[in-house]
Amino acid sequence: MVLEIKNLHKSFGDNHVLNGFNMQLYQGENLVIMGKSGSGKSVMIKCLVGLMEVDKGTITVMDNDITKLDQKSLDILRADIGFLFQGSALYDSMTVRENLEFPLRRHKRKFKNHNNTEELVIEALKNVGLEHTIDLMPAELSGGMKRRVALARTLILQPKIILYDEPTSGLDPITAKEIIILMQDIQKTYGTSSLIITHDVDCARVISDRMILLIDGVDYAKGTFKELSTANDPKIKAFFKQ
Amino acid sequence: MSGFNTSRAKLNAFLIEIGELSYFATRFFKEAFKRPFEFKEFLYQCYNIGNRSLLLVGVTGFIIGLVLTLQTRPTLMDFGAVSWMPSMVGISIVREIGPIITALVCAGKISSGIGAELGSMRVTEQIDAMEVSGTNPFKYLVVTRVLAVTFMLPLLVIFGDAIALFGSFLVENVKGNVSFTLYFNQVFNALEFGDIIPATIKSFFFGLAIGLVGCFKGYFSTKGTAGVGKAANSAVVFTSLLLFIIDFIAVFVTDIFYDL
Ligand SMILES: Nc1ncnc2c1ncn2[C@@H]1O[C@H](COP(=O)(O)OP(=O)(O)OP(=O)(O)O)[C@@H](O)[C@H]1O
Ligand SMILES: [Mg+2]
Repeated sequence: MVLEIKNLHKSFGDNHVLNGFNMQLYQGENLVIMGKSGSGKSVMIKCLVGLMEVDKGTITVMDNDITKLDQKSLDILRADIGFLFQGSALYDSMTVRENLEFPLRRHKRKFKNHNNTEELVIEALKNVGLEHTIDLMPAELSGGMKRRVALARTLILQPKIILYDEPTSGLDPITAKEIIILMQDIQKTYGTSSLIITHDVDCARVISDRMILLIDGVDYAKGTFKELSTANDPKIKAFFKQ
Repeated sequence: MSGFNTSRAKLNAFLIEIGELSYFATRFFKEAFKRPFEFKEFLYQCYNIGNRSLLLVGVTGFIIGLVLTLQTRPTLMDFGAVSWMPSMVGISIVREIGPIITALVCAGKISSGIGAELGSMRVTEQIDAMEVSGTNPFKYLVVTRVLAVTFMLPLLVIFGDAIALFGSFLVENVKGNVSFTLYFNQVFNALEFGDIIPATIKSFFFGLAIGLVGCFKGYFSTKGTAGVGKAANSAVVFTSLLLFIIDFIAVFVTDIFYDL
């Protein structure tokens, strides 16, 4: 097990977003988490990397309790966790090249044998098929291209775990499919474990080994895509009827 | 009664804001002295700030010098004291008008710029992205910008002062036939270190206020693009207010030192 959340609670004032959420992510698997908009998926994933403080519960990432780490160890651990943000979150004052170099500045240690960051940047961009955009600004890219550059930026540190926050949202079905194929390729090449948050049933069907439904702040149902999509519970059914 | 209540709520909000800003400032001083230093980004921000406000500060300074001289001329003529013009204008520009006008111009230009920039980085999760990639965004974004403004503002003030004095000289030259050497001789005879040093120290604090408020508003801006506009706008308002408060305090402090 590379990642485990136990009994996670998080509220904003009177808004109780998570009320005892549990999940486990195993080595090399693709775990999909589905939930309605506003159900707290992004909040959960932000707690996972220590961007938000939890109210209650434990989060274990590769045998480290995230909630108890000091800043330095947290930063070291974060080098092994890739995070793809819902809105890509490219630094819009920097070129694509600088965007990709940015994570490398703090984690040079991990790449001792590469004294040339240029190589790493180009390789990462090749992986997503966008070498030609290296000197463009994010504003000059389309939404799908931004998502792919963001993916390249996430991959450049060669993380062991990748967290995807709605990797296909806001993209047309064809571009979405390209992103999904990319994600599968990455998983095959690097053997990463992935946690994928999505609304997209097609994406879930293609990519998931296992799924968790986040409803009312808890892990309402778990199982494979097949199991969940044929369940009789109306709350579960609502996700799969189109 | 409800009018009283709303103003009370507003006062409360203002005081809370002051408290949060002080907390933010404390954090700034703590992080500013910790390694690693983002020196490259600091230099870039210095360049950026100077580059963005130089023209504006120059034009404002020039007009202020011109107007100040044109408007006081008749009065001084009535008293037959026109020859005092350079010393009077020199002292008022260096001590007060130069620093406060430059700072206000920069509040409008830099503080709002930083507020909007950090605000949009916050709402588009760029700050979060920075944090997960192992760079402390507070150091990288806030510390560098605040230091850069604090460092650059006194320089901009000196530049603004010089241009304002030049504007004033032009008027004197055209209307009173005063030569460049004579004018600036008189200005520098009137000025003492007791005028220049407090003004420079004051400018540092102006810079600190501009940087801190801009960053504070942007860094904690709320969700949505409306939050970005609000961050930029309230940065200007809050900074301007703070500038006058600092100016007020500075006058008192300088006064105490004069009395010693
Ligand atoms: N920083 C915050 N401060 C206050 N409330 C927040 C904050 N972040 C999220 N929330 C609240 O938490 C709830 C869950 O938000 P979250 O962003 O996790 O939703 P989500 O499941 O990711 O939805 P979507 O699919 O639309 O992205 C929402 O009600 C939101 O208002
Ligand atoms: Mg979300």
